[in-house]
Order: sequence, then C-alpha cells, then structure tokens
Amino acid sequence: MGKKIEIHDFEPKIMAFVCKWCTYSGADLAGTSRMDYSPNVRMIRLPCSGRIDPQFMIKAFEQGADGVIISGCHPGDCHYNEGNYYARRRNTTFRQLMDFHGIDIERIEFSWISAAEAIKWTEVIDAFTEKVRELGRHPQYDDEIVDPYAQFLVQKDQESA
Amino acid sequence: MAKIGVFVCQCGNNIARTVDTAEVAKYCGEQDGVVHVEDYKFMCSAPGQEMFKKAIKEKGLDACIVSACSPKMHEATFRNAAEAAGLNPFKVEIANIREHCSWVHDDKAVGTVKSKDLTKMMIERIKFNKPLERYVMPLTKRALVLGGGIAGIQAALDLAQAGVDVHIVEREPSLGGNMARLSETFPTLDCSQCIMTPRMVEVQNHPLITVHAYAELEQLSGYIGNFRARIRQKAKYVIDDLCTGCGECWEKCPFSTESEFEMGLVKRPIIYIPFPQAVPTVPVIDNTECPKILKDKCGLCADVCGPDCIDFTQQDEIKEIDFGAIIVATGFQLMPNVYREYGGWRPPHMTPKKLTAKQRKALPRSDAGRLVDVINGLEFERLASASGPTGGQIRRPSDGKIPEVVVFIACVGSRDCNKGVEYCSKICCMYTAKHTMLYQHAVHHGKSYVFYMDIRAGGKGYEEFINRAQDEGAQYVRGRVSRLTKKGDKILVKGADTLTGQAVDVEADMVVLATAMVPQGDSEQVAQTLGIGYDKHGFFSEQHPKLMPVESSTGGIFLAGACQGVKDIPETVAQASATAAKVLGLFSKDEMMRDPEIAIVDQEKCMNCWDCVTVCPYLAISRVELKDRNGNFRKWAAEVNPGLCQGCGICNTACRSKSIELMGYTNEQVYAQITAFGGDII
Ligand SMILES: Cc1cc2nc3c(=O)[nH]c(=O)nc-3n(C[C@H](O)[C@H](O)[C@H](O)COP(=O)(O)OP(=O)(O)OC[C@H]3O[C@@H](n4cnc5c(N)ncnc54)[C@H](O)[C@@H]3O)c2cc1C
Ligand code: SF4
Ligand code: SF4
Repeated sequence: MGKKIEIHDFEPKIMAFVCKWCTYSGADLAGTSRMDYSPNVRMIRLPCSGRIDPQFMIKAFEQGADGVIISGCHPGDCHYNEGNYYARRRNTTFRQLMDFHGIDIERIEFSWISAAEAIKWTEVIDAFTEKVRELGRHPQYDDEIVDPYAQFLVQKDQESA
Repeated sequence: MAKIGVFVCQCGNNIARTVDTAEVAKYCGEQDGVVHVEDYKFMCSAPGQEMFKKAIKEKGLDACIVSACSPKMHEATFRNAAEAAGLNPFKVEIANIREHCSWVHDDKAVGTVKSKDLTKMMIERIKFNKPLERYVMPLTKRALVLGGGIAGIQAALDLAQAGVDVHIVEREPSLGGNMARLSETFPTLDCSQCIMTPRMVEVQNHPLITVHAYAELEQLSGYIGNFRARIRQKAKYVIDDLCTGCGECWEKCPFSTESEFEMGLVKRPIIYIPFPQAVPTVPVIDNTECPKILKDKCGLCADVCGPDCIDFTQQDEIKEIDFGAIIVATGFQLMPNVYREYGGWRPPHMTPKKLTAKQRKALPRSDAGRLVDVINGLEFERLASASGPTGGQIRRPSDGKIPEVVVFIACVGSRDCNKGVEYCSKICCMYTAKHTMLYQHAVHHGKSYVFYMDIRAGGKGYEEFINRAQDEGAQYVRGRVSRLTKKGDKILVKGADTLTGQAVDVEADMVVLATAMVPQGDSEQVAQTLGIGYDKHGFFSEQHPKLMPVESSTGGIFLAGACQGVKDIPETVAQASATAAKVLGLFSKDEMMRDPEIAIVDQEKCMNCWDCVTVCPYLAISRVELKDRNGNFRKWAAEVNPGLCQGCGICNTACRSKSIELMGYTNEQVYAQITAFGGDII
C-alpha cells in the first residue's frame, strides 16, 4: 500500500484558482475516480472564474508560488452566464502586463476544465508541474522588495513617536 | 483572539490510508488561534456530529474547520450542525483532504504534507469569515403568464387548479395563439378547436384566473418573489363589463381589412373578434382602420349595440400589478420573409425579420410578380379548417378552384444558414405529412408531392404517421426545389430527385411551404423587458440545457412552449406543466430564504465608476443617491439587490476601489488563504 512518488531536487509550488461549479468539481471527480496526479498544487475555491482577481496571482507569486493555474467552466457553460468571459479577457490583458513587469508568463496557465473533465484536470496539473519544474524556481521575489512609500511611512511614524 | 476548532476526519480508511490524520491534527493544534483539535474516524456520522457540536458549546469555539471530504458532500451537514450548536453556519469551512488529496496521492508522506497545508490555508482564511445571516424575503403568491397560446393556457390552468392567483397577459384580442389556427393535429388527427376551446372556456370561467386580453407587458421591475409588472391594456373601445358578445356590431360594421387570424385569406370587420370561438368574446375596434376614430365618420356599431358598450373615447390603461413568478409563453411565428421570397401572395402581417442580401440571393427565385397560390403551412391549416374561410373545402386562393396537384416543400428556411436558419424546425415533417392527408381526405382524386431533405419523425407514433401519409397517396420526393415559375394558371415546380439523380418538374395548382418556425419578431425586446437571456435566433435561453430546461437565466421567470425552442403541442404542454410545478414549488413557502453569500457595497467608499453595474450578469446592482439627515443629496453609490444577486463575485473583481465585496469570498479571506501558502509543497 502507498506507492512512493519520485521526489525531484526541485518541486515547484503551484497555486490554482478555480471556480466551484466546473473545475473544482472536475477535481472532485478525479478524486472519486481515484486518479493520480502530481501533488504540487494547492487549490483555492471561488464561486466563478470571474471572481479571480489578477492580484491574487501576484500575491501567490509573492508567497513563493512558481506557477499559477486559472481555470473555470468552458465558454458558454458559465454558471453565471458570462463570468468566464470576463476571466478570459482579464487574463489576456493581464498576461501582457505580467510580461511587461518581467514575470514569465509561461508560469501562468489558463485552462477550461468542466466538471466532467477529471482526466483533463490531471493532465493539466501534471503537464504544468513538469513545465514549471523545467523552468525552475521563480526568482522574482527572491530579493526582499523595498517599497519606498512604506519606508517613508515607517520613518514618519518613528519621527512622530 | 480567534477560538478555532479543527476536526480531522479519517473517513474510515479513505483518508487515513494515505494521510496521517493524527499528525495533521497535531500540526493544526500548533497553529495560531486553534484551541481545539479532533482526529476522528467518521466526522459525518451521528456521534461525529455530536462531538462537533459538543466541542463548539464546551470550548466556546467561534470558528470550525472540518478537514474531510469535498464541501459538496458535507458543507451543509456541518453548517447545520454548527447552527444547532449556536455557531453561525458561515463560520464553518471544509478543507477537502479526501477528493483533493487522499484519493489522488498514494504516498502517505506526500498526502500528510498536503493535508496539513490545505487545512492551514483554511485556518488562515476562516479568521476573516464574518458571521452571515440568511435573508428573508417577502413573497407575492401571484403568477403572471405572458402569452395565451396553449402553453400559457396550460400553465395558468395548472396553477389555478392548485389554488394560485394567475393573470394572463395576451396581446391579441383572444386567447388561443397558433394552435387555434390549426385544423386537425398530428399524430391523431383530432380537431384542434375541439380540444382547445374547452380549455379556453375553462380559463375564462376559473375564479382564480384573470385574463388581460389585448394587453402588453410594458415594464418589469423587481426580482424573484417580488416582481412588479406594468401592463398596458390597449383601448378596445368596448366596455368589457357591459358587452354580452352578441355580435350585432361586427355583423353590421361596413368596413373591413385583412384578417390576421385567417392569415389574410379573408377580410374581417373593423370591430371584430379574431375567430368565432374567441375568449373573451368581447370585440375590439382596430383603431388603425376605424373611420369613426380616425375621422369621426360612421359610428354604426355604437348605434346597433344593445347594451351601449361602445366608447370611442376610451384610452389605453396602465395597470401595475405585483407578481411572485412569471411564466413566459409568447410562442413563435413562421419565418416571414422566406415565404415572401418564394413568391407568397400577400405581405405577411407578421413582423418581418430582415434577411441579409446573401440570404435573399440564395433563395429560389420566383418570376416577377407574386405567385398567389404559394402559401405557407398556417394558411393551409386555415384552408383545411372546417371553421376556416372555405368551410374546410381546400380551394386555392387565386381563383377558388379545387387544386388537383399540390406540391409541399419541406424545410423552407430551416437547416440552411444561407436561406434562413441553421436549426431543424422539427415539426414541419410532421405537419407536412398531416397536410397531405388532410388534402387527400378532402380531394380524393388529388395528387400530392412532398419535396423533402430528410424525414424526422422521432416522436411517439410519429414514424407510423408518416408511413400512413405515404400509404394514403402522398408521393415523397427526396430533393430540393430550385425554382417556382408561373405557367398558365399553374405553378411549375422545378426540383430534383436526389435518389434517382433526375430532375423532377411538377405542374402544381398550389404549393405549400413548410416554413421554419422562428421566434416572435419582437422576442428580443420582450427578453430585454423581462431581463432574461436569448439565443442568436431570438429563442429565450433556458438556465441549463439539460437540468434546468424550464428556468430562464433570471430567478423566478420560467419558460414554456415555442418561445424557448421549436416544439409541437405535446412538448409545449409538458413544458407548461413543468413551469407550473416550478412556480408551485416557489410558492410553497410563505417567505423566501436567500443565501447570504452575495455582494455588499461599502457605500462610503464607492467612487461611482459603475463598473460593477456594467459587469453584473443579473442586473442586480443599481445606482442610488445617498442623502444626509436633512434629506439633501450627499453622494451617489452602488447598491446590490439581494433578491437578484446570485453571488458570482464578478463585481468584486471589477471594483477598482474595492468597495463591493462578495460575502464568503472577500479579498481578505482569499488573501489570507494565499498567505498561508508557501510552506513545504511535498
Ligand atoms: C402549420 C403548423 C401546423 C402545426 N400542426 C401541429 C400539429 O398538428 N400537432 C402539434 O402537436 N403541433 C402542431 N404545430 C405546433 C403548434 O402550433 C405549437 O407547438 C404550439 O402552438 C405552441 O404553442 P405556444 O403556446 O408555445 O405558442 P403560440 O401558439 O404561438 O402562442 C403564443 C401566444 O402568445 C402571444 N404573445 C406573443 N408575444 C406576446 C407578448 N409580447 N405579450 C403578450 N402575448 C404575446 C401570442 O399572441 C399567442 O397567443 C403546428 C405548427 C404549425 C406552424
Ligand atoms: S465598481 Fe465599486 S466603486 Fe465602482 S460603482 Fe461599483 S461599488 Fe462603486
Ligand atoms: S456577485 Fe455577481 S450577481 Fe451579485 S452583484 Fe456582484 S456581479 Fe451581480
């Protein structure tokens, strides 16, 4: 019982933002069907892919994520009719912004996964984990970020104290 | 300081096999704010739940995490248990360590690490969960049925029989819709009027049903349980309560115009009821034609009316009525322009839909001038109907001759994006077969041809019906017709038999087109008035194509009949009864409970960009003026209507000033969850 998985030198940390109607249920189905996929992913359940704020992704990268997955219902299947279209449009624009900021957009995966597509879910996770493993650690936030405004506030605080 | 309890479930061996639950519990116990942990075999069992409740009470827990199966399974179970123990149900969260962990990873070390992480993320999140209260909304137990065809009639009767107050708004002077036009109906060939009129009378006599005939829905506001409808009662110029329906007026009226009900085949008086069995039997005066109203000439009807109920000064009347639910049953029309392009003989009274130049070009051409004897299916129904203009004798419109050769063309405008619509109109195969039979029964020596693409007869008894039509003499030719031309007093139909590969020319006395069923010309406006979705053809969209086929995309509005898609009568009636059942379900409670996981605006912070108003798919957000204590305008702000909000959170993401938040999925909660991420991944 309990087959050991192969542990590599570098195991990427992946955060997934998913909608509760499609992708979350697809992942549930992968569980009920006892499929096997790479354990590197942590999922955050949201009502709709339209609720996924690009800042969530930045926050995830800041927390040390090496890759981020965004996933919701297929176009036309959104429980709320059009939420996933907002997600798609937002993702298109936001990718460019990330690119501009020097974050490797290869580290952001966008995929439609329905509640029936348990296999697709496992494939997306496995493939993306493999891809990020090859990309290596995400260096963006290695150095402490210096926020001049925050520094200014701290300084002002100290002065007034 | 939070007092969080964490309950790790072993799920028998389902979780414990690949997750060291004791280790997870121990780890959680070390987290900030966690004051109580349990590691138990079956959390969802009765003793498990008792333990859960006891811990809440004894330890005074103010939030709980259950690390177990998917929230889809037992979120409700534990939230209810918490409520029973006096803890707000929205202070309970599930960490899914079964479907998302133990069942998909075989390695126990890996499973344990992941389970710890998933639970930790939930612990951080729950610190920001606010206690939420379910909304209690009032409920008006009155239903509005829009459209009085067979769908509307069926739904109204079902509801009224269950004791619900129903109002039908029908824009024509009488109930009945298209079914009232039919002569006999497939697959049994029973007479449509005979099965329809008793129902119409039943509607009229039912004490719980109010019929607003010759009226339209002008505006709809509100939300599920609490709609307010503005109904425009068009002026009939006849006082409803006085009229006995004696018919003196319409018999004496000296002027006439084309009858809409008879598809323009005959004329009707200016003061009229659409057909003799009309319900209600109160006539209306057509104010676009009446010389008395237009130029104060005539007025004969007023003179002959015994009870004195003609009132030429009557105005449209606006009624505002509250409803709890709405059934939309506005039906269909036959594609108007295609039929004209084929050389139909009269401008259709139906609102034409514009065809593109490409579509027009692709249609078979008729020669210059109109071919008077090319008619559509509904016109044929009228010709074949015993109560129709010819008394049931099938005579062609041009010269009243009994046609000896009739060509029926199926799929006119259907299944062809170039000529019309891409979908299959579904009922045309059946009614064409019916028409050949009606024709054959009326004209024994007549010859009928059917040009068809495929025969689609999937219903109960339908295939048999088609076979019967062929046995009774209809000749089916598989192929399309390319051209209709005039030849003497006949119509030359040029077609091809694709099975033999030969050209087929038929000299016909009359041609009947089985034109596609399309939505009413104004269906998009109606959808916008109601705030419901529609597809690219204009059919109203159901909430889910399989599991919610009678619900519209807006709560409390249901769809019945051909307004939602092509349907025959049995399907229409079944769907209408289904909507009635849905409305009864909604009305079975005295008030409605609404989930509190909806958006809420911090109105002081709102900076009036109205992005949320634009993105909300349910039009749940409105702009309101905030006033100060003296009632003076202070500022604008967005406001969410809890009756309409479905909790998608799209507005939350769109709001730049972060003033609108989706309860249960606030930024704080999500950020806390992300912040907990970042430890060991494996
Ligand atoms: C030629 C032909 C033959 C057919 N033969 C058969 C047959 O033999 N057997 C069979 O099972 N089916 C047959 N059908 C199909 C049948 O007619 C339809 O299934 C049925 O009429 C659909 O009913 P409905 O109530 O949904 O729509 P409709 O009958 O179209 O009724 C809709 C009603 O709503 C009203 N309305 C529309 N818009 C508004 C508005 N905005 N406000 C207020 N009121 C509005 C209309 O005036 C109308 O009274 C035939 C159809 C055709 C075209
Ligand atoms: S998006 Fe935000 S700021 Fe803009 S109107 Fe809505 S609540 Fe106000
Ligand atoms: S949560 Fe969705 S439905 Fe509710 S107000 Fe916001 S956008 Fe509209």
